[in-house]
Amino acid sequence: MANISYEESIKKVYWGLTLLAIVTLVEVIVSLLGKGHIISGAENYTWLVYLTGLVIIVLSIYKAYFIIYEFMHMRYEVKGLAVSVLLPTMLLIWAIIAFFQEGDSWKNRRELIKEKNEEKVDDSQGMLNQNNDVFIIEQIG
Amino acid sequence: MATDTVMEHEVDKHDDGNAWSGAKSPFKASYGKLMMWYFLLSDAFTFAGFLIAYGALRFSSPTWPVPDFVFQTAPFGIHDAPLIFVTIMSFLLIISSVTMVRAVQEGHRENKNGVVFWMLLTIVGGLGFLGCQAWEWTNLIATEHMTVNTNPFGSHAYAGEYLDDKGGTFEAGDSYLIHKHEVNGEMEWDPRPLRYETGEETVEQFGPKAFGALFFFITGFHGFHVFSGVVFLLIICINAASGLYVARKNGYEMVEKIGLYWHFVDLVWVFVFLVFYLL
Repeated sequence: MANISYEESIKKVYWGLTLLAIVTLVEVIVSLLGKGHIISGAENYTWLVYLTGLVIIVLSIYKAYFIIYEFMHMRYEVKGLAVSVLLPTMLLIWAIIAFFQEGDSWKNRRELIKEKNEEKVDDSQGMLNQNNDVFIIEQIG
Repeated sequence: MATDTVMEHEVDKHDDGNAWSGAKSPFKASYGKLMMWYFLLSDAFTFAGFLIAYGALRFSSPTWPVPDFVFQTAPFGIHDAPLIFVTIMSFLLIISSVTMVRAVQEGHRENKNGVVFWMLLTIVGGLGFLGCQAWEWTNLIATEHMTVNTNPFGSHAYAGEYLDDKGGTFEAGDSYLIHKHEVNGEMEWDPRPLRYETGEETVEQFGPKAFGALFFFITGFHGFHVFSGVVFLLIICINAASGLYVARKNGYEMVEKIGLYWHFVDLVWVFVFLVFYLL
């Protein structure tokens, strides 16, 4: 930071503004593409929806990196300080992704239970207990 | 004696192995700045808690309101403009972040007028964002009748035929609004009928209930951060204008600290924007 002149650092700031604005615009356009607003029918291609989602996430993380390293000057801090702040943040991002996965698993489990509840048992061979085969505990006792 | 101490410090500067032996700050940051970083880290945990709740509930629901359908209105009667208004809100925060960087730079040069000028622009940006959010909330509450526990944005779990209010049909997975309308002088919900492929007709219920609470709490908590950020910016701007930080001769470190907080608010918005509006 101390090595570059005042004029250069101002130039760098406005370059950062342009970069963030362009990345945000690209994000919105890619998101609308994935939702089928730009090319109608595009939302029916599952691979395109996943691809646009991935592109948006990567661009957002790049924006976060840029804000932390350039605007918050993390680049110029001591390595120990950067690690002590960024390492817990990385674990946090891992937790968020893990819970997305967990939520998806809740849904699948719920649907599985619903499916099993509605299942009809095939009894064409009469292997299941009929009513007269059921022992009632009171009768035995 | 005094010269000895100075010499020792100069030796230490070149010996990083000694950084933790005491008498100097190993992170080469002031106490205030260091604590601001750790406060922001703890705040990140709070926001991550919110985003975890949002993600887990959204992924565990069979359907979810489509964001580009929910957020498609803008002021001055603009409709069918998906995500345009929130994009403008994002730009406001990004621009105010950049003006904050300029304020910190002017602070390093001990340029009082520059600091006050760029901080005032930052405050204007923050207030603009808050104004936009106020409009967005008003629209969702007063026009769409979304509350903390009512989500009027219907969505569909099963394929079938769905009738909208004009008698037309739309596809499964689409989202639409269930409005309140007046019946005998009283406002009543107006759910839309839908026909399953079997021919049986039923009524579409409201969308996933958690949507409203998650939206208002997450964007509300972020908006509260913006609001308190604006208040602190204002206090520090007045202090800077009064010449308080000139006397401290530490390159306007207070401006740097509030700058860290302000960038963090922008940083959180990057992720709120990502999960709530873009995905």
